[in-house]
Amino acid sequence: MNVLSYLIPISLILGGVGLAAFVWSLRSRQYDDPEGDSRRILSDEFDDKPKED
Amino acid sequence: MAGAVQTSACPACAAAPAAGQVAGSAAAAAGGAQVLLSLPEIHCGACISGVERSLSAMPGVRRARVNLTLKRAQVDVDPGIAAADLAAALGAQGWAAHELDAATLAGTQTDRTGRDLLMRLGVAGFAMMNVMLLSVAVWSGAADATRDLFHWISASIAIPTIAFSAQPFFRSALGALRGGRLNMDVPISLAILLAAGMSLYETAQSGEHAYFDAALSLTFFLLAGRFLDYRTRSVARSAAQELAALEVPRALRISADAETMVPVAELAVGDLVRVLPGARVPVDGIVEIGATEIDRALLTGESLPVAAAAGAEVHAGEVNLTGVLTVRVTAAGEDSTLSRLADLVAVAETTRNRYTSLADRAARIYAPVVHLLALAAFAGWMWISGGDVRLSLNIAVAVLIITCPCALGLAVPAVTTAASGRLFRRGLLIKSATALERLAEVDTVVFDKTGTLTTGTPRAENLGDHARRDLEVAAALAEGSAHPLAQALAAAARAAGIRPARVDDIREVPGHGIEGAWHGETVRLGRAAWTGATQAEQTATYLQIGGRVLTFRFADSLRDGAAQAVAAMKAQGKDVILLSGDAPAAVADLAARVGIDSFAAEVLPEGKAARIEALGAGGRRVLMVGDGLNDTAALAAAHASISPASALEATRVVSDIVLLGGSLEPLGDAVATARSATRRIHENFGIAALYNAVAIPVALMGFATPLAAALAMSGSSICVTLNALRLR
Repeated sequence: MNVLSYLIPISLILGGVGLAAFVWSLRSRQYDDPEGDSRRILSDEFDDKPKED
Repeated sequence: MAGAVQTSACPACAAAPAAGQVAGSAAAAAGGAQVLLSLPEIHCGACISGVERSLSAMPGVRRARVNLTLKRAQVDVDPGIAAADLAAALGAQGWAAHELDAATLAGTQTDRTGRDLLMRLGVAGFAMMNVMLLSVAVWSGAADATRDLFHWISASIAIPTIAFSAQPFFRSALGALRGGRLNMDVPISLAILLAAGMSLYETAQSGEHAYFDAALSLTFFLLAGRFLDYRTRSVARSAAQELAALEVPRALRISADAETMVPVAELAVGDLVRVLPGARVPVDGIVEIGATEIDRALLTGESLPVAAAAGAEVHAGEVNLTGVLTVRVTAAGEDSTLSRLADLVAVAETTRNRYTSLADRAARIYAPVVHLLALAAFAGWMWISGGDVRLSLNIAVAVLIITCPCALGLAVPAVTTAASGRLFRRGLLIKSATALERLAEVDTVVFDKTGTLTTGTPRAENLGDHARRDLEVAAALAEGSAHPLAQALAAAARAAGIRPARVDDIREVPGHGIEGAWHGETVRLGRAAWTGATQAEQTATYLQIGGRVLTFRFADSLRDGAAQAVAAMKAQGKDVILLSGDAPAAVADLAARVGIDSFAAEVLPEGKAARIEALGAGGRRVLMVGDGLNDTAALAAAHASISPASALEATRVVSDIVLLGGSLEPLGDAVATARSATRRIHENFGIAALYNAVAIPVALMGFATPLAAALAMSGSSICVTLNALRLR
């Protein structure tokens, strides 16, 4: 039964990480435009480096 | 802050290019303005990047971000850049765009309630999964110290989660109890609290049964129902607000040195405003300078324009047709249309509040039954077991949990979400929560004429009666005016292939008509008295050539799908009535064209409301379809109401359903969908009742276990949701 002493904390931490990720995604307004975001991912216009002035 | 997070959250985000983002951060410092544009036609990824690229390339634009879900663009611009110009520039590049009034939309910008519910739902979901994980171990045979440990961990997750996630239910239940009522949230709150409390006690006593997972899944499923319900309504609300925001309330104020465009809210009594031809009068006032014709169709239902000159009274909502007017404000902002609107909305709310929704009616039966059953179980087991409080309480709580209103809580929102989504795709916006239920009960349909069954734009009827030469003169004069009758005449002449004659010195005489010189003779096109004609019964305009006078008659063109809508209503066995404020001849003609047998003309606004109230008192359930301010009282008095998107805002606010497209055809479908939705809701109540009929005896006999409760709860919720989805 010793296995429980680290399996339970692991399962709780993983759940907590999931919850934290959900809270972060909600706070950063990632559910505001579900339809648009699903299309933007297919667009090839992205800015992977800072703009050079 | 929102902007910064947005860009970092989506690094690959297509089209807000780096330039825009860099400028965007500078915008905050320089104090730029934010503009909202409505983009009704965008539908794909290419549209997003196209619109954003076009906007970013325009001078003065710092950052543009398209929201495809809302079909809207949010643009940060330099001070002094007008939204209307951006919209026009986008329009020129092929993207239809309209300016939106940011103040009207302020409510939807920060959708706090929705995100709050979503947060609670998410927290409940994660807690439920973790507790279920632990519960599975208990169900599969963990015993003694291990079981107690698992119960304690479950408790430490479940109790804070319930304290956070179930708050909406507690608040609503508390409100209901304070008001001396019982709603669905009372048994919900009681079940959640008792389940958590009892389980905590059992855990402390090293008991066998703990219902933490049941308490959490109850919270989760019910929150899901609540969230669905909220989202359906917020989609409708934001679309309705967008309609309102399309009419940016601005007026051209004349001050000593200049004319400035100001928001209507800033106008004061005594100000002078200029109203251009084709514009809506923004305030109530008195004409100081100018003469024109005024279209009052939206306010009174009259299809004929009325002449107005200096000294005449004009009202907010009327449309100025021909001349430029200078109006002195007599009632502005809160005093004029706005207050009328508020009054009317208040009336409508009370009419609606009299209706008890199906969910509330179910709660009224359900709540006392469940509470009495639990009490009976407690008392019964106290007697059987000879005073074992713990056992009796355990069974009573099991009864409460197993009869959980899970399925009942989902029964209505799951169906209304499916039905509203279906109707939204057909161009119908369901604004009120109980609109579908009320629509399903309708047996009488009352239509308004001008602007509802007709488009409000006239169509020339008797071109064939006149000689070609005369028509050429008429066409030449008509081309020179923005008056709707002249425009209709010119369009009809063009369609008939008539080329305008050469008429010189064409000038518009505001309030009268158009005048010109043709072969040395004065020719006039306009009102009867001015051209020396006798007024016809129908809408008409008159052409005077020397001593001759010709009459051009007009009929209102039918709105798309009007006849089909009337036919569909009749096919469903409903009585169809036409009530109009217009002249008898025009009303009779239209009634014959769409196939309505029962009609009344020259009905005053109060008359309409009175007729509908009389029908209601006679046991009829009336559906009112109307668009004018004169229909507002009638719309509010009716059992259910529908208005087209072209209606005034005050009218749209009081109606339950707004018709977004130009066609009336979806009306028949709306009633049919409402009926099948109500049927599904009843079926769902049936499923919930059936499941309770099986579960309650089991719980009463003391055989309920946490595993059985969890299975039964999920099973009934899934059944109800699947049944709702059959609607599609």
